[in-house]
Amino acid sequence: MSTHEIRFSGFGGQGIIRCALITGKALSLYDDKFATMTQSFGPEARGSACAAQLVVSDERVLYPYITHPGILLALSQEAYDKYYGELPKGGILIVEQDLVKLSGEHPELELYRVPATRFAEEVGNRLFTNLVALGFLTAVTKVVSAEAMKKALPGLVPDRFLKANIKAFEKGYEHGINTLNAGGAAS
Amino acid sequence: MNTVSADPKGVDSGPHFMDGDQAIAEGALAAGCRFFAGYPITPSTETAERFAERAPEVGALFIQMEDELASIAALIGAAWGGRKAMTVTCGPGFSLMVENIGLAAMTETPLVIANVQRGGPSTGLPTLTAQQDMMQARYGSHGDYAIIAMSPDSPQECFDVAVEAFNLSEFYRVPVIILSDETVGHMHEKVVIPPADQIQVVPRNNYSGPKADFRPYKFDGQGGHPMTQCGDGYHFHITGLTHDERGYPVMTAEQSKIVITHLMEKIRSNADQIIRLDEDQIDGADVVVVSYGITSRIAVKAIQDARREGIKVGSLRLITIWPFCEKRIRELTGKVKAFVVPEINYGQMVLEVERCAAGKSKVISVNHCGGAVHDPEVILDAIRKANQ
Repeated sequence: MSTHEIRFSGFGGQGIIRCALITGKALSLYDDKFATMTQSFGPEARGSACAAQLVVSDERVLYPYITHPGILLALSQEAYDKYYGELPKGGILIVEQDLVKLSGEHPELELYRVPATRFAEEVGNRLFTNLVALGFLTAVTKVVSAEAMKKALPGLVPDRFLKANIKAFEKGYEHGINTLNAGGAAS
Repeated sequence: MNTVSADPKGVDSGPHFMDGDQAIAEGALAAGCRFFAGYPITPSTETAERFAERAPEVGALFIQMEDELASIAALIGAAWGGRKAMTVTCGPGFSLMVENIGLAAMTETPLVIANVQRGGPSTGLPTLTAQQDMMQARYGSHGDYAIIAMSPDSPQECFDVAVEAFNLSEFYRVPVIILSDETVGHMHEKVVIPPADQIQVVPRNNYSGPKADFRPYKFDGQGGHPMTQCGDGYHFHITGLTHDERGYPVMTAEQSKIVITHLMEKIRSNADQIIRLDEDQIDGADVVVVSYGITSRIAVKAIQDARREGIKVGSLRLITIWPFCEKRIRELTGKVKAFVVPEINYGQMVLEVERCAAGKSKVISVNHCGGAVHDPEVILDAIRKANQ
């Protein structure tokens, strides 16, 4: 049985919870996996550090919360500071490279940096930052398929922005593939 | 129970990725609920939001009331106006509703209340999980009465239980309480909503015979009795006072015996039909874990670990909380060394298990003061202790 625990984190408003919803829907509806998603509630979900968690498995998930996250997406400094320490050796750390200043090189982790905000602006709006990051995460972690992720978008992003979101996702995905081809993780 | 296929208008068939709260709203709509009155409160608000969003396309009515007292009162009115009705809340709101839950029980009004439990007492832990309202659901209002309560362990079961809650409520004309919790309410998982023709619902049973013969009540300790709705031309009277079969007050000890016996026995004598349990490897077990809601999922983890250690442990998951599965616990009593009862409260349903075990099997409470789920290790330790 393979199980993955993923934490999506950033600040409220970045679409962090949306990231987990899209990934969870993609996995459980289109990739034939079991996925259980939990999220921050209360004031922290509305401006300061915000997080959503996903447990992914080939079997029914019993314990709904993450205990040993192996993958961390951090789209803000606070999120990075708060959560990177819980990654095990070999864990995957993905940070927004313009928003997160690393405290070290993290040689023990598989570290990736993605200019998600900048790419989103190139697509047309920084609101698509989360989709760029998701595309990148999809490419480098291989936990979920890109096809499933794109299929999961309708209903979870506004119809009129569906195309732009897919474009943002693809831009991030492509960057992820290129990063892997160029030698993989930064450390 | 007379059932028909669900009205396709209310059934959003197909696979979804939704949380437990949303699934309760979908289950209610599939079951034919067309009236919701409530007051938003974390962690139950997502049910209200989902219902409100879907109400216009389904042809249901959603009202945000001024508070929970008004919400439950509106449900009673809606039910006698011909609608299947529900509300959703958590502990603080449920406390405000208990007076009129008694009125609903006394007037035999079908309605469904979901209590998505959070930590208490009082306003307690608004965003954190608990299972502390188990006894309140049963005994919250004054006087002798019986209700039905069910506890789902996943978003999928939130949907299934919501449909069943309405069916039981319609048949027994009783408030049915869904005892969910913040974890199940807020967790997203896959929920598959079947096609409408695969969902069986109990339709409202409205009387259609001669006017002179209509009685809104029949005190025979059974369900399945017809009611009527305002405007259909049948004279009826409903009151919280002890009443006769026409609904008119008869405040005597003799009538009280008739009414209360009926209210209690329509649930108690049909407990076998009402109760749903999910059992696993109970035959030959030395230890049986009795759990419900989110805790039953955490318990499975501990049970699996205990089995790897060679302990013969079975699982008895309560889907129906009230009426309590007295018969099953008594059957197992004496055959098993011990019952282990983990729950996110200081020990509530464990009291029922102890009552039925009557000292013939050990009963171990694994309590928790709320705000989180159990550490499975703690349940595992209790199973080990129980096996000694």
